[in-house]
This record gives sequence, structure tokens and C-alpha cells, in this order.
Amino acid sequence: MSGLLAVTRLTLYEAFRKRILMAVLIAGAGFLTLYGLGLHFMVRGEGNGMALIERRIFLNMLTLAGLFAANFLTIMTAVLLPVDTLSGEIASGVIQTVAVRPIRRRDIVLGKWLGHWIVMAAYFTLLAGGVLTITALRSGFTPQKLEIGLPLILLEGTVLLTLSIAGGAKLSTVTNGMLAFGLFGVAFIGNLVEQIGTMAQNDAAREVGTVASLIMPSESLWQLAAYHMQPSVVRDLGNSPFSPVSVPSVAMVVWAAGYIVVALTLGVRWFGKRAL
Amino acid sequence: MTDLVIETRELRKQFGDKTAVEDLSLQVHRGEVFGFLGPNGAGKTTSIKMLLGLVEPTSGSGSVLGAPIGHRATRARIGFLPEHFRFHEWLTGRELLLVHGQFLGMSTRDTKARADALLARVDLLDAAHRPVRTYSKGMMQRVGLAQALLGRPDVVFLDEPTSGLDPLGRLLVRDVIRELREHGTTVFLNSHILGEVEATCDRVTFVREGRTIRDLRLGEVDGSMEVDLRVGSLTDEARTAVARIGRIVEDGAPLSADGPERLRVSISREDLLPELARALVERGIPLYEMRVARKSLETTFLEVMGEDQRPG
Repeated sequence: MSGLLAVTRLTLYEAFRKRILMAVLIAGAGFLTLYGLGLHFMVRGEGNGMALIERRIFLNMLTLAGLFAANFLTIMTAVLLPVDTLSGEIASGVIQTVAVRPIRRRDIVLGKWLGHWIVMAAYFTLLAGGVLTITALRSGFTPQKLEIGLPLILLEGTVLLTLSIAGGAKLSTVTNGMLAFGLFGVAFIGNLVEQIGTMAQNDAAREVGTVASLIMPSESLWQLAAYHMQPSVVRDLGNSPFSPVSVPSVAMVVWAAGYIVVALTLGVRWFGKRAL
Repeated sequence: MTDLVIETRELRKQFGDKTAVEDLSLQVHRGEVFGFLGPNGAGKTTSIKMLLGLVEPTSGSGSVLGAPIGHRATRARIGFLPEHFRFHEWLTGRELLLVHGQFLGMSTRDTKARADALLARVDLLDAAHRPVRTYSKGMMQRVGLAQALLGRPDVVFLDEPTSGLDPLGRLLVRDVIRELREHGTTVFLNSHILGEVEATCDRVTFVREGRTIRDLRLGEVDGSMEVDLRVGSLTDEARTAVARIGRIVEDGAPLSADGPERLRVSISREDLLPELARALVERGIPLYEMRVARKSLETTFLEVMGEDQRPG
């Protein structure tokens, strides 16, 4: 356990020393400033005759747009931040002096995973918290079911972060990064196919999307999060870009959790067997 | 308690269809400075990595400090300086040692005291606050040496510890190895600089094409001693007597018509020296000079490896 925590501490310290946190804070501040300005002007320009329900739909769309951007930035962080943490250190030989210490190889992988997860979660909290705070302060609106939606987005980031770390135990940095983004792309396109297939009542297209979601459940988690954070009227009408036509089932959450466990187990196993 | 710190039996490592180490069978004793010699590609680094648990052997067995190789708790008693020392270069020299102290499970207080002592020992105290990425190759090697010694190890693996060091740096490493020996620490040294091995090691093992092929104790004579003699005119009987004691390597002509002859004899043990002198004197051959000329490790290395190992 002490080895795991020592690796976690080193990972966090690395994020601090390499000015990764600084870059994250600056990028986050820039994003929130833009979001705040956009929200301010849009709220100011609201039509006077807008009904309460229309205002609520309008603000919900704006907030979900902000959370969608936060989700996207978190995914980028989840993949890019740890993409070379194992593969890079293996290639450079840095890992040798760590692995000869009385630390389990498993703890090296898990320690790095935990350290990067803390950075990613902190970044997501900053972004999502900023979006929600700005929205609440400027308009008094808060989306519903945040306690379901936000953890689902964090779970999506965790899936990609785990994949990025596990892949690094086996693959080179470039291959690992391409694979992680490739799978994310598969999920994104697969989900689009599923939504369109559902609208067109094309079962084959819908099944393609389902298979894509099983290969990489990230997009389904966002769709599910967005579904829960929208008012029922928007969900029923399906008139928002964030309203899924085909709503992912809760089983996808279980699948994603299992996905993380399996990916992490494989990463631990690959790193444990690897010649360093 | 066994005297053996490292023991391997037929350790083998195969990467795909390439055999990196064919048969590593060796024994290293407590407190010994052990040299591991062989040409490039002989499997030395892979062997060290197997002993450290960085590479899993394909077959064979071995132990380090009485535990199976790679044993986690035992690794706290092992120090290691890799051939191409690299660490998280954004850490300062002192931070690097503090991080390794955490990995070793040392207390912060002990780590700090030990880090300062080691940084002073490797002459890096002034640069301790600088990031490692700003260090020269020699400084990098020295801070690597400090991290290898941080946990007061019982056995230290040094893989080419002086590559990149200037003569003063090499002397420092040599002194450190000497200090380790005085403290009873076992040193496993892999180096291409044979003079350095000769100056520091008690014993060497030669490895070729992934096999340990010869073990040689330095300092003692084991077929590695040659004796230069200046003697009066040799009789056939005296020559035969000398040849029974050792091998006549060189039978030189006298410098002048009635001057002493030069003779070089290879003997297998130091205690044959008086016997050699007696054989000559008892046969009435004047003995003007008798000088022991140890064979250099480089000569032995070339003999052991064979001419076919020379590039070109």
C-alpha cells in the first residue's frame, strides 16, 4: 500500500511540477470565461415574452452545452495525460529504477492510475462546477439529477483514462494514444448510427450502435448523463441536440464499470509480465 | 547462514527466437567485488535484469540474498545503477533521493540525512537543488550512484558505472566501491573498462554468447602469472626442469655472447615461484633477475573470448 501511495504522490507531484495543473487551470479558466460571457449575452437577450417552460428548456440546453464541452475536455485529459506514463517510462528506462525497489508492479500501475484519476477528477470538478456555478449565479437555473449525470460523465472519463494507462503497459505511446482515440471515435460514430437507426426504425443500424457502445461505452455514458439532466418535457419532445432518441440502459453503466475493472486488470497483468 | 549472495543455475532468457542468455550459472560471495565481463551482446545487461527481477527468466533458477530472484522484500536490500541511468528529470537531485527513500519505505528523517551524506559523497551537494535534467552526463551518473546506495544495500549492481565520467569521476567510483567492500557490501560490477575491473574486483566471470565460460580470481594467480627471468646459459636439463614447473612462453637469446639469457615462464600458482628459482639454482644456473609479470586482464579477456570475437 505504501508503494502505491508513493507512486500516486509522485504522479501528482509530476503533474504539479510539469505545470500540467497550471495548463489545466489556465485552459479551464479560459473555457469558463467564454462560457460565462456567452451565457451572459444569451440570458440578456432572452425574449421578454418567453414562457417559463421555454426559458427552462433554453437554459437547460445552454448548460448541457457547457457540460458537453467540459465532458470533451475531460476526455482529452483522460487520454492525453497518462498516455505515456507507462510506455514512455518503459521506453526511456526510467521505470527500471522504480521497479527494482520493493514495490509491487501492480502498485506502480494502480498508483499511476489513482494519481491521474485525481487530476482528471479535479479538472472535471473545476469545469463542471464552474459551468453550473456560473449558470446558477447568472440565471438561477440548475439542471436536474446532477447527482446522476455528473458521476456518469466522470465514469466516462475513467473508462478512457483506464484504457490509456492499461494500453501503455503493452503498446508504444503513439499506438496507445491512437487506439484510445480510435475507440472513442468508434463509440461516437456508433452512437450516431444508433440514434439515426432508431429514428429510422432500422434495427440493423441500431444494433451496430449497440455493438459500438459495447466496444467502447464512453458515448453511451454521456448520452445517459444528458438524458437524466434534462427536464422530462425536453426528453419527451426530443427537441434538444442532447436528447438521445435511443436511451442507453442502466446495464451500460454496469458494463462500463466492468470495462474499467477488466482494462485495469489487463494493464496490471501486462505490466507484471513485461520485460523492463 | 550461506556465504552466497547471488547464485544462479542455468538461467536462460529467450526473446522470441533470439536467445539473449543461454546459460547463466554463477556464484557471488558475501563482501566480494565481482566483475562481470563479456563483449557487447553477450547478455550481460539481460543477466543483471534477470537478477533484479526486471526480466523474467525463461528457465533456470537463482537467488539473491537467499531469496528467489525478484523477491519483493529482498529488493529493499539491493542497489542498482542502470547502464543508461534515467530518472524523472523534472526532480531535483535531492528530491530524486527523497522519492527513492519513499519507495524504499525509509523514514523521511533518515532519507534526508542519508541523501545529504550521499550527495556530499558524490560531490553533488551544490547541485542538489537543480533539476536532474540540467545535470551533465557525469553528474547524472553520480546522482544515480547515490540513489543506488540510498537504502544501505547489501548488494549493489553497477552496470557500467563509469561510462561518461571523467578520470576524477572514475576515481570517485573506484573509491566508493572500495568503501563498499570495507563495509562488507557485495558489488556486482559490469564494466567494459578492464583496468577499472582489475583495480577493483576480487573475482571476474567471463560471459560469451549468453554463457558463463570462465571464472577468474584476481590478485591470486590462476594461470594468469608470468615470470620474467634473466639467467645464465641454460642447459637442456635446466630448461626441461623449468618446463616441468611452467610453460616457457618466451626463450630469448642473450643480449651479448656470454650475457644472461631472457626467459618468460607462465606458471599456474604463486607457490611455484620458489620452486622455479630452486630448479635453476640447484642446477648451477645463475639467476640475475626474477620478476613477476601478471598477465593483464585485457590479455586474458582476449584469450578467453577468442580472436573470433574481435570486430573487423
